[in-house]
Amino acid sequence: MPYPANYRYTREHEWIELTGNIGAIGITDYAQNSLGDIVYVDAPKVGDPVTTNASFGSVESVKAVSDLFSPVTGTVTAVNEELKNAPDKLNEKPHETWIIKVELADPAELNALLDAAAYEAFIAEES
Amino acid sequence: MTTDAMIPARATTGKVRSHQTQNEALLFEKSSPGKRAYKLPPLDVPAVDAATLLGTVHRTTPGELPELSEIEIIRHFTRLSTWNYAIDLGMYPLGSCTMKYNPRVNELVARIEGLAEAHPYRPDSLAQGILEVIDNLQRCLLEITGMDAITLQPAAGAHGEFTGILLVRAWHESQGNPRKKILIPDSAHGTNPATAAICGYTVENLKSNSEGGIDLEALTRQVDEETAALMLTNPSTIGVFESQIAKIAEILHAKGALLYMDGANMNALVGKARPGDFGVDVMHLNLHKTFSTPHGGGGPGSGPVACKAFLEPFLPIPVLVRNPQTLGAPSFPRSSAERVGDHEPQPAMQLGWSYNRPNSVGRVRAFYGNVGMFIRALAYILANGPDGLRQTTEDAVLNANYIRAKLEDIYELPYKTASMHEVVFSDKLQAARGVKTGEIAKRLIDYGFHPYTVSFPMIVHGALMIEPTESESLEELDLFIAAMRAISREVEETPELVKTAPHSTRVSKLDEVQAARKPILRWKRTT
Amino acid sequence: MRYLPKSPAEREAMLAEIGAASIDDLFAVIPAEHRLKHDLNVPRAHAESEIIDYFRAAGTKNATDYASFLGAGAYRHYRPVIIDSLIQRGEFLTSYTPYQAEISQGTLQAIFEFQTMIAELTGMDVANASMYDGSTGAAEAVMMAVRVTGRHKAVVASTVHPEYREVLATYAKHQGLPTALIGYDAETGRLDLAALEAKVTEETAAVLVQSPNFFGVIEDIPAIAAIAHAKRALLIVSIAEAISLGVVRPPVEADIVSMEAQSFGVALSYGGPFCGVIAAKEQFVRQMPGRLVGQTVDSTGYRGFVLTLSTREQHIRREKATSNICTNQALVALMATIFLSVYGKEGIRELAEHNLAKANYAAQTLSAQPGAKLLFKGAPRFHEFVLQTEEAPAAWSQRLLDNKIVGGIDLSRWYPELQNCTLWCATEIVTRANIDTAAKVLAAWPVEAL
Repeated sequence: MPYPANYRYTREHEWIELTGNIGAIGITDYAQNSLGDIVYVDAPKVGDPVTTNASFGSVESVKAVSDLFSPVTGTVTAVNEELKNAPDKLNEKPHETWIIKVELADPAELNALLDAAAYEAFIAEES
Repeated sequence: MTTDAMIPARATTGKVRSHQTQNEALLFEKSSPGKRAYKLPPLDVPAVDAATLLGTVHRTTPGELPELSEIEIIRHFTRLSTWNYAIDLGMYPLGSCTMKYNPRVNELVARIEGLAEAHPYRPDSLAQGILEVIDNLQRCLLEITGMDAITLQPAAGAHGEFTGILLVRAWHESQGNPRKKILIPDSAHGTNPATAAICGYTVENLKSNSEGGIDLEALTRQVDEETAALMLTNPSTIGVFESQIAKIAEILHAKGALLYMDGANMNALVGKARPGDFGVDVMHLNLHKTFSTPHGGGGPGSGPVACKAFLEPFLPIPVLVRNPQTLGAPSFPRSSAERVGDHEPQPAMQLGWSYNRPNSVGRVRAFYGNVGMFIRALAYILANGPDGLRQTTEDAVLNANYIRAKLEDIYELPYKTASMHEVVFSDKLQAARGVKTGEIAKRLIDYGFHPYTVSFPMIVHGALMIEPTESESLEELDLFIAAMRAISREVEETPELVKTAPHSTRVSKLDEVQAARKPILRWKRTT
Repeated sequence: MRYLPKSPAEREAMLAEIGAASIDDLFAVIPAEHRLKHDLNVPRAHAESEIIDYFRAAGTKNATDYASFLGAGAYRHYRPVIIDSLIQRGEFLTSYTPYQAEISQGTLQAIFEFQTMIAELTGMDVANASMYDGSTGAAEAVMMAVRVTGRHKAVVASTVHPEYREVLATYAKHQGLPTALIGYDAETGRLDLAALEAKVTEETAAVLVQSPNFFGVIEDIPAIAAIAHAKRALLIVSIAEAISLGVVRPPVEADIVSMEAQSFGVALSYGGPFCGVIAAKEQFVRQMPGRLVGQTVDSTGYRGFVLTLSTREQHIRREKATSNICTNQALVALMATIFLSVYGKEGIRELAEHNLAKANYAAQTLSAQPGAKLLFKGAPRFHEFVLQTEEAPAAWSQRLLDNKIVGGIDLSRWYPELQNCTLWCATEIVTRANIDTAAKVLAAWPVEAL
């Protein structure tokens, strides 16, 4: 699965897509693949603060839990409610399925993240 | 309506066919109004009108319980039972779980009326028999562990850990600082970190060394004045004795930290070595592992906590004591000529519960513990005696080493250190063929065995953790070894057969993903 | 060594296969200074008959032929014979936790049935596979409420079993969880609602009450729930006497129910093993402690059961788990399931009504004796009641013991204000003759005083 060039990535396998000042955050294909069938998503509430590199929730498979780490600092503006009943979307279309949207405190933070090529090199190394 | 046709035909290649292929609906689906399996005796006092007596708190809608006759209930649960594997059917090589034989005399004596029907609040004077049983078990366990004081109250291993770490905390508090962190090796059971968290400690991971044991340098580096304790399983979860245990204790004690031992693996030590003699400050036992009380499909267990004298003041309430005005309590029979019961305590020397313990960590459960398990554990100790307990340990270690010797040529042994009561292989060779430990485990079912412990400890990638216990005969061990060798061949020749196992069970591989995504946790009437 | 299936020759042969000269080689990894040099100082090996003799003697010493009015969180009910017949089947008794679903369907289906029965009886949506007991279950329920609400205070009724409250205190101490205690109304023995309203705040995670409470009085759950919910705190109802649910309205307004299921066919065994269980509203299921069994299908579409939502548990989430609980009380939960199958929908009601009748007769008869008075008359009760006597309990309880009767338990042990007050319990086991004799013995005191 291709890694969209307009996204930025973390070493914890989250992606972020910036539209204006709002970042949509999801997990990468690599992440969903290593986790297996996702059965539950624990996401924050609208209005909650998130902090760069801090956990904002988790995704669960049958026998594993993986923390979600925020790529940026900001405030949650939307939560993907669809995932409550269809967490498998994260398996099927990981790069089209956002988990939360965040209003960024400092859009310049994105510069510190990996671009698609760097991320692909990173996961090649990991596996 | 279910019919036989709905059950796929399954090959039964195994040694043990632990299931009949009957269909058995849920109790609720079998229910029919008006059926009865009970009869109450006639009421010998005036009947009351519940609605009048209770008014607004009267229950008007009954719970949807099944209505069945006695024979249907007997058949229902008997049929269900045939769908379970059990020690009584064959070897249960679950590493770390010590699935040993559960002697039947234990079941009989635990049901003796005077013991089984004793109310926990009956006066101590009417409870001397059961208190003596408790006292005798405490003495035996202190001798076996080499510790100074004990509480039998914790309901299971994790509850024992909780109690033990509370003792650690209380002691540190008495020294002026409860401290902040607990060190836990990466090979530990999940209950260890969960317990530390519940006791208000942060967990600091301790990386194992190349032999799967404690890395003394890392330990020295990580132990500081804020370290409350190290929670150590010894022998470790890879079945290896920490030969540096004295040094480990020394490093901890030098910084005022304590050594907690998870006694899950005591089956490797009873009668051969005692934690109290190698620097352990506090530990728990699992009566349902080492001392043969039945696992019962997941409990009840019992997790006594033994400690050194300096921790005694902090034990949970109540504590069993001899009546304080009496002196010279009768000694427990020690010599081989004596029998338990030879020393009848004098009437004045009453056992009783002491609640006046100002330094106690408090109460960890209602009443005094899983007493029914104490009776069984003491019966086990009595059946064995000192020689039997030692021989038990030796056989447990012998069995594990025999399996190791017979399988190490075909399953990779990640740690070559000498094994005690269990051996941990990895699936490295099989995974190279695309077959993982979990799949090999499921295939074992087709050969009539319960799987070993899968993917634990976490320091071994793709672990196969095998603990045969002393209860297995040479014949059973050889069958198990033959099964493991056959599966290894299948991995080479017919990997799909292994990957799709089990093939001989009443149900095939169950969809755990669906169960977790859309949980159905109870039956509901649909019509 | 009758449990060890090996001959000396087999042991030798195995050592040879391993390449060890003697068994001591296998223990050489234990440093010599730590090896035990003596025989364990425990009793010699006993024959099976000797073991039975020893425990029979202990049982006899315990005294068996006493009638008892003891309750207070441990209740003696009749136990149908088939419970022990069935749970002694080796496939139940000697199986492990059902992690390997394909060969554990018996245990898994039985637990699923247990969860259903508990949910039905308590009026909750879901129930777990069991907890250690009612006391630790109540403590775990409070910690669950803390996780659900994100709040860190609890309000606890003083009429919750005193030992349950002590256990909660032990758990709460290191969780940064202060608890406030709410007293009871001296007339009714029910929770003081005004005091509750004053104590519940926006910071309260949970209100913990017991019903029937420690005095046997049934609480006004809807009123308590309204107070808790007004501040968005959760209501936890602890039930120590599960049989009450046959006739007492279930606490449907609660968010979490923590129950002790010992009354469902479990022997007293001097206080354990018992069977705790936590039930709750569906939306809280992911914060529940303990194991859960769920229904699913196998690869051919056939119904089966598995342990599910395991990511809550310690073996996966480790220090972030909802609880450290691992082994629970599975076999005891099976006993409860069989008990409830025997009594069923109608039987549990009828049984509860018999308890109600016995206790009603006992309360009336005992309180009619000179110097005796029934407390907390103003509220509905189940099968326990508080009796106040002019004579000190220590005096009459000895007279009762002389008549082979164990009377009510002295409440001043936990409630200093309740001097000369005792808690009595009359289940279906207690006979009219027991009650009448107890009444006569109680009545004997003024005569002796003269």
